[in-house]
Amino acid sequence: MPTDARSVAEPSGPADTRELEAGLDALQTATPAPGRPERVQRLSRALLAPAVALTVLLAIWQVVTLAGVRPGYVMPGPSDVAAAFGQLWQRGDVQAAVATSLERGVVGFVVAVLIATPVGLLVARVRWVRTAIGPLITGLQVLPSVAWVPAAIIWFGLTDATVYFVILMGAVPSIINGLVSGIDHVPPLFRGVGRVLGAGRLQMIRWVILPAALPGYLAGLRQGWAFSWRSLMAAEIIAVGGTIGFGLGSLLQQGRELQLMSTVIVAILLILVVGILVELAVFAPLERRLLHNRGLSPDRAR
Amino acid sequence: MNENREVDTVTSTITAPADPGVTARAGNRPTAVRVSGVSKRFHPQGPVVLDGIDLTIRRGEFVCLLGASGCGKSTLLSLIAGLEKPSTGEIDVVGPGAALMFQESALFPWLTARGNVELALRLHGAPKGVRRERADELLALVRLSGAGDKRVHELSGGMRQRVALARSLAQDRDVLLMDEPFAALDAITRDLLHDELERIWHETGRTIVFITHNVREAVRLGERVLLMSSRPGRIVREWRVDVTGERRIEAPDVSRLSVEITDHLREEIRRHAH
Repeated sequence: MPTDARSVAEPSGPADTRELEAGLDALQTATPAPGRPERVQRLSRALLAPAVALTVLLAIWQVVTLAGVRPGYVMPGPSDVAAAFGQLWQRGDVQAAVATSLERGVVGFVVAVLIATPVGLLVARVRWVRTAIGPLITGLQVLPSVAWVPAAIIWFGLTDATVYFVILMGAVPSIINGLVSGIDHVPPLFRGVGRVLGAGRLQMIRWVILPAALPGYLAGLRQGWAFSWRSLMAAEIIAVGGTIGFGLGSLLQQGRELQLMSTVIVAILLILVVGILVELAVFAPLERRLLHNRGLSPDRAR
Repeated sequence: MNENREVDTVTSTITAPADPGVTARAGNRPTAVRVSGVSKRFHPQGPVVLDGIDLTIRRGEFVCLLGASGCGKSTLLSLIAGLEKPSTGEIDVVGPGAALMFQESALFPWLTARGNVELALRLHGAPKGVRRERADELLALVRLSGAGDKRVHELSGGMRQRVALARSLAQDRDVLLMDEPFAALDAITRDLLHDELERIWHETGRTIVFITHNVREAVRLGERVLLMSSRPGRIVREWRVDVTGERRIEAPDVSRLSVEITDHLREEIRRHAH
């Protein structure tokens, strides 16, 4: 029995009530899962299947190349691509391209988040703002951000501004939409509770609406990142030269101009791998934690 | 159709040997909630949901509002809580308003049990330093000292309602409104929570307005039981339950009263058959 209750008296009442209650609580509380699988074991299980799939794909690729369906400069095999990768790595091109693109992608994404979050809140919470620009934002999401590249080049020339502009046009609408749909899906009961508890307008947003909308917001961020990355690649492929640095898109475009198919494939694979790594390292853990905290973890369904 | 359509209130008192002083004391206590001439329709042309409700609840009283589904008892509670405005009439609640507890626990799933109580304290303006301690005290009051760090999904339905009760108490309001808070619980858990609620009522001295469609629950808990008619919602009858103490559900007077109230409730429902 706790002894430190001060202003509130120690619950009295017959001992059997207390025991009955304790028994019910114990029975009705989920028991911890019997021994979660070892971390190493879980990891290896998560990696094994993709590794097998990848190996099979590489093998098919190698076989097709060896069969000589197409000449080697049109369709290089895995070994040729690996060799090209080694060369580019030694020259430092791979590291430079990845660093440049990743930095731009991250900076552009962060700026997009800073713009989209307040705008999304306004669209979700202020009726006339939603009526005014809601449809426009949904429309912008449909428009491929590549379409902005020519306009951006005319406005900003071959500078980083062009790249960032295209990233923002790609990422901002999806983050706004994610946040708005997250807020729209907040159960009205939660707002009612907030009101009953005496939350003011800003407190309601900070302590009720935003946390409740977090899953939708996170989905928007995830999509926003994907759109940032895609838009960035599009911009780098189309806009080459000037003061625009050398990114993965530029590497891809350079491979095309020099008719180096293995370089092209190296660049494509790098774009893919960086995208997957960011997803795995940033968004997947965030989502897993979020769902777990709210008891929505897919682990339980299995 | 019959005499129950009349608005006037019939009071029949069960006088039990236990504590005849309760009625007298209740009469002297200051008013906590006064509802006078309140009607409610949600649309100007819409049906009358509540019609001419007059109700006075004294401080520290435990009142149960009993009625069939759709009798407007939840609407009446929303009006007292200030979530809706009456179409006509006036409502006065002592202090800054009432705390309200819902049928679903409506705890925030992104917070722990303690976090939910602490948020209520924060929104109520409690300074940072005392929140945690106060939250732990409230959790101890509902006998959940060990569950403060648990997430909502890790708690059983009964435990969730106890956390929700602790959260309502965190608001530190005189009046606590409860909208069928135990309706979704299994029978054994509900019986237990009846004991707990009665204990907490005695310990905190709150005024409780408790909505239910369960006669047994109303008689088990209330000092007064008000029966509402449906469409439009009116208070048609009132009983005073003067039996107190442990295990009062087993008192013969209480059983007799349950049967009587159930008859009236059935009568009310039957009126809508045609």
